[in-house]
Amino acid sequence: MYTHSLDPYRPRASVVHGLDPRVKLGLTLAFIVTTALTPPGAWPIFIVLCALSLATTLLSELGVGYVLTRALLALPFALVALPTLFTTTGMPLLTLPASLPLTLTVEGVARFAGIAFKSWLSVQMAVILVGSTPFPDLLLAMRALKIPRLLAAIVGLMWRYLFVLADEALRLLRARESRSAAAHDGRGRRVGGSLIWRARVTGGMVGNLFLRAFDRADRIYAAMLARGYDGEVRALPRPPLRAGQWMVLGMGLALLTFLALAGFLLWG
Amino acid sequence: MLFSPVPMHIPDGFLSVGVAVVLWLIAIGVVGYALKRVNADVGERQVPLMGVLAACIFAGQMLNFPVTGGTSGHLMGAAIATILIGPWAAILVMTCVVGVQALIFQDGGLLALGANIVNMGIIGVAVAYFTQRTLRKLLGKWSGGLFVNGFISGWLSIFMAALACALQLALSGSSPANIAIPAMAGIHALIGVGEGLITAGTLVFIKAARRDLLETEQRQYVGGKAVWIGGLVIAIALAILSPLASTHPDGLEWVAEQRGFLDRAQGPLFEIIPDYVLPGVSNETLATILAGIIGALIVFGAAVGVAYWRRNRAQSSGA
Repeated sequence: MYTHSLDPYRPRASVVHGLDPRVKLGLTLAFIVTTALTPPGAWPIFIVLCALSLATTLLSELGVGYVLTRALLALPFALVALPTLFTTTGMPLLTLPASLPLTLTVEGVARFAGIAFKSWLSVQMAVILVGSTPFPDLLLAMRALKIPRLLAAIVGLMWRYLFVLADEALRLLRARESRSAAAHDGRGRRVGGSLIWRARVTGGMVGNLFLRAFDRADRIYAAMLARGYDGEVRALPRPPLRAGQWMVLGMGLALLTFLALAGFLLWG
Repeated sequence: MLFSPVPMHIPDGFLSVGVAVVLWLIAIGVVGYALKRVNADVGERQVPLMGVLAACIFAGQMLNFPVTGGTSGHLMGAAIATILIGPWAAILVMTCVVGVQALIFQDGGLLALGANIVNMGIIGVAVAYFTQRTLRKLLGKWSGGLFVNGFISGWLSIFMAALACALQLALSGSSPANIAIPAMAGIHALIGVGEGLITAGTLVFIKAARRDLLETEQRQYVGGKAVWIGGLVIAIALAILSPLASTHPDGLEWVAEQRGFLDRAQGPLFEIIPDYVLPGVSNETLATILAGIIGALIVFGAAVGVAYWRRNRAQSSGA
C-alpha cells in the first residue's frame, strides 16, 4: 500500500488501533475538554491525566518517543503565555535586577506551567488518535458526530487530493530551486533578485498550483459524473457499535467526568 | 515545512473553556449559514472544486520564499480563496483547511478549533472580501489595481485575524492584553507583507494565464452585501477594541473575571492536600518533594502496569 510521508497514520495491531473510531474520537474530545476544565493548581488531576495519556500511548504501540516529540510541536506557541510569569500578581519568587522591573511570582509560574502542560497533554491524545486511526475511519466518526454532509464531502475530497497537490507543491519548489537563485549564497553574498521579485515568483507558483487545481477539479467532476454523481454524496451506512465498544466509551467518559468534577470541587 | 507557518493556530490549553465554547457557537452559526447559502447558490459542480481548492490551499502553504537570514514569507490563503470562489464558499474551504490542520496535523487544538475557524476562516475571509470589493470600486480599471488589491486584502486579512487571536488569548487570561496585542500585531504586520505579496503575485499570474477565472469574480455574490458589512464591522470593531484593550488591560481582565472566564483560584471548596503539600509532614519543602515523588510514582506505576498487561496478553495469544 502506498503511504505518504504527510499521513500521520501508523498501522499497528494494537488494542487502540482496534477500537471503533467513534469511540476514539469521542474519548479524545472528552479528554481534551477535561484537561481544559481542570483548574491550574490541580496537580493531582494532571498527574492522573498524564498517566492516562502515557498508558494510552503504550497501549497504542506508537512509541513513547514518537508521541511525546510530536506533541512538542505546539510548544512554540507557549511563548505568547510567557508574560503571565511576570504579570500575575501573587507571592514574589524572584525579582530580576533593577534594570528590569519584573517580578516572577509563584502564581505566575503555576499558571504558565498549567497552560503549557495542558497544551502538551491535549496534543498527545490528538497524536495518538490520528496515529491509530486511518482518515476514512475518522471521517466516518465525524459523520457520526453529525457534521454537515457537504462539509464531510469537502473534507473527504480534500484528503483524497491533499497528497497529490502537496507533491505538486514540492515539484514546484524543486523546479524553482534548480532555476532561480536563493536569496544568498553560502558566503553571505546576495545572488537572487529583489524581495518583490522573489515574492512575485512565489506568487506565480501559487497561482500555477491554483490553476492546476481548477483543471483537476474539472476532470474530477467529469469522472464523478461518468460514475453517476448527481450532487448527492452517498456513503455506506455506519455499522452499529458493539457492546464492548459501548462499554469502553461509557467507562472512559465516566472516568473523565469524575476527574473533571473532582478538579472542580477540590480546586475550582 | 509540513506545518502551517503562520503562528496563529491556537493550540488546546490556551483558551479558557468559556471563550472556546462561545467561539465554537459563533463558528457553527456562521458556517451553518454559509453551508445553506452555498447549497442554494451553486450547483453540485462546486463540491469537487471546493475539496480540491482546500487541498490546494493546504499545499500552497508549503510554498515559501526566503526573506532574509532564516526567515521566509508564507501564505494563509483566505484572500485568494475569497477572490476565486466568493466569500461563502471561501469560508467553507478555509474551515475545512483549518479543521484538517487541527485534527490530523495538531496544528491548532480541537477545543480551540472554533476560535481558529472564526479567526482564519470567518474573519480572514470577511475582511478580505470587504477590502476587495471596496478597492475594486475605488481603483476601477487602473492596471495596477489587481496587484494593490491583492496585497492590501492579503495583508489586512492576516492582521485582523491576528488581532482577534490576541484578544481571545487575553480574554482567556493566557496572555496579558498589553503585551499580547502589540506583539501579535507587530509580528503579523510583517508576516502579512509576505501574504500580501504572494496574494498579489498569484492574482497577477492568474490574470495573465486564465483571465476568465477572475472575471467570475466581477459578478455580485448572493448575500455578498452581508459579508461586506460583516467585514467592515469586524475591521472597525477590532481596530477600536485592540488599542483600547492593550492600553487598559485591567478593563479586559475585569470583563474576564466578571464573566467567570478567568479560572483564577477562588479558594477550593475543601482540600485534601492543603497547599499542595502532604498532611502530617511538617517540613514544607520536604513535603512538596514527597508529593512530587508520589505523583511520579503514580504515572510510572500506570505505565508499568499497562506494559505488563500487554506483555502477558501477547504471550498468551502467542502460546
